[in-house]
Amino acid sequence: MRLTALVAALGAFLASSAEAAQTHIAVAANFTEPAKEIAALFNQKTGHEAVLSFGASGAFFTQITHGAPFEVFLSADSERPKAAVNGGFALADSLFTYAIGKLVLWSRVIDVTDGEAALKAGQFQKLSIANPVAAPYGTAAVEAMKALGLYDALQPKIVQGNSIAQAFQFVDTRNAEVGFVALSQLYGVTAGTRWEVPQTLYSPIRQDAVLLKTGADSEASKAFLEFLKGPEARAIIERFGYALN
Amino acid sequence: MLGLPSDIWVPIQLTIELAAITTLSLLVVATPLAWWLARSRAAWKEGVAAIVSLPIVLPPTVLGFYLLILLGPDGPGGAIASLWGARTLAFTFTGLVIGSIVSSMPFVVQPIRNAFAAIGDRPLEVAATLRASPRRAFWTVALPLASPGLLTGAVLGFAHTVGEFGVVLMIGGNIPGRTRVMSTAIFDFVETMRWRDANMLAGGMVVFAFAVILSMILLEKRFARARA
Repeated sequence: MRLTALVAALGAFLASSAEAAQTHIAVAANFTEPAKEIAALFNQKTGHEAVLSFGASGAFFTQITHGAPFEVFLSADSERPKAAVNGGFALADSLFTYAIGKLVLWSRVIDVTDGEAALKAGQFQKLSIANPVAAPYGTAAVEAMKALGLYDALQPKIVQGNSIAQAFQFVDTRNAEVGFVALSQLYGVTAGTRWEVPQTLYSPIRQDAVLLKTGADSEASKAFLEFLKGPEARAIIERFGYALN
Repeated sequence: MLGLPSDIWVPIQLTIELAAITTLSLLVVATPLAWWLARSRAAWKEGVAAIVSLPIVLPPTVLGFYLLILLGPDGPGGAIASLWGARTLAFTFTGLVIGSIVSSMPFVVQPIRNAFAAIGDRPLEVAATLRASPRRAFWTVALPLASPGLLTGAVLGFAHTVGEFGVVLMIGGNIPGRTRVMSTAIFDFVETMRWRDANMLAGGMVVFAFAVILSMILLEKRFARARA
């Protein structure tokens, strides 16, 4: 009697673990923290496991076009997911914007509460931004400075991190007095002063997600993308300082 | 120059400059250090040798991270930079030279130390009986005898500095003409899908590395034959 119960339980366990599957997800570095929370909740709700890799979107794109075993791509921009679709590496109908990044001027040395005035005054030697050709937050930073008419004056002071994470690090270690970072990076950070750059000064940093061809038949991958669109994930994304569509 | 676009040519020039200055500085610093490591009987010298060798084992990110802090406003680098009104040595060519010296040090110290050790006591004792002062014996006997080791160290130090990526990426700030060297330029080209340009630089690096290693092997052979 007991044995049959045990066998039944074991059977049920095996059945459920057969349904639960893994999905491998390439996540843009700036989305690291929310992605971890979302993956944990996703695992709780569906039993599927999301295996996350974090890195620069550009590097991921290169890897994906060379057969990297990712099934979902959460990019820091909208260009690369589109390029992945055009290159035949991703499914066009799966494309959507999962978060919209916000740009912040941050300093641990000077007061940037009024960021525009601080940038105009220029009382600093180094201004840290993400690489503007590779990282969308870097592009946005350059756009914002141009919109303020300050780019030419500030350009000699610019230092570039290869990613937004490094731009943050330069400001955090105070090697650069000021820097443009992502609002999401300042989640839980109380140090320093900050100025949220008005969204009229730069084009929206749309972070798009896409299902890759390798994940076309993966239930877990599709479930993750659905979950990412759902209210629970959206609440997490907003809490970390992103805007939503 | 050479018909190359400036965003390819400038990093090449900067890299050669960086590697040359680093190698010269390293020869000046590493030779006495290697001499001491080879000759001293101090028990703690292997501790020093281990510290010098750390960059071989540590990932460049670890070196780069500590260098960023040491060169920064809270570290000694910031204090030095304040002499000319700057706040940090990070993001400067000087900072890159310091970082490259640290990370390439073991590749220069090791062959020179081995060369000094291989000389043994004998030639120096002979020099002493001929009334050469220790200093004179070092310059006229030890250094010429160790010259293959010095050459090996210089070549390896130069090559390793050219190939340095992690440290430069962590402390450089990617400033064109000042801290954007070949390895970071390649990274940029790959990131921005300029694969043709990346290929050009990366291919050049492969050829360079091959030439360095081949010439090392041939040099070793020649010196071995000369000794025999």
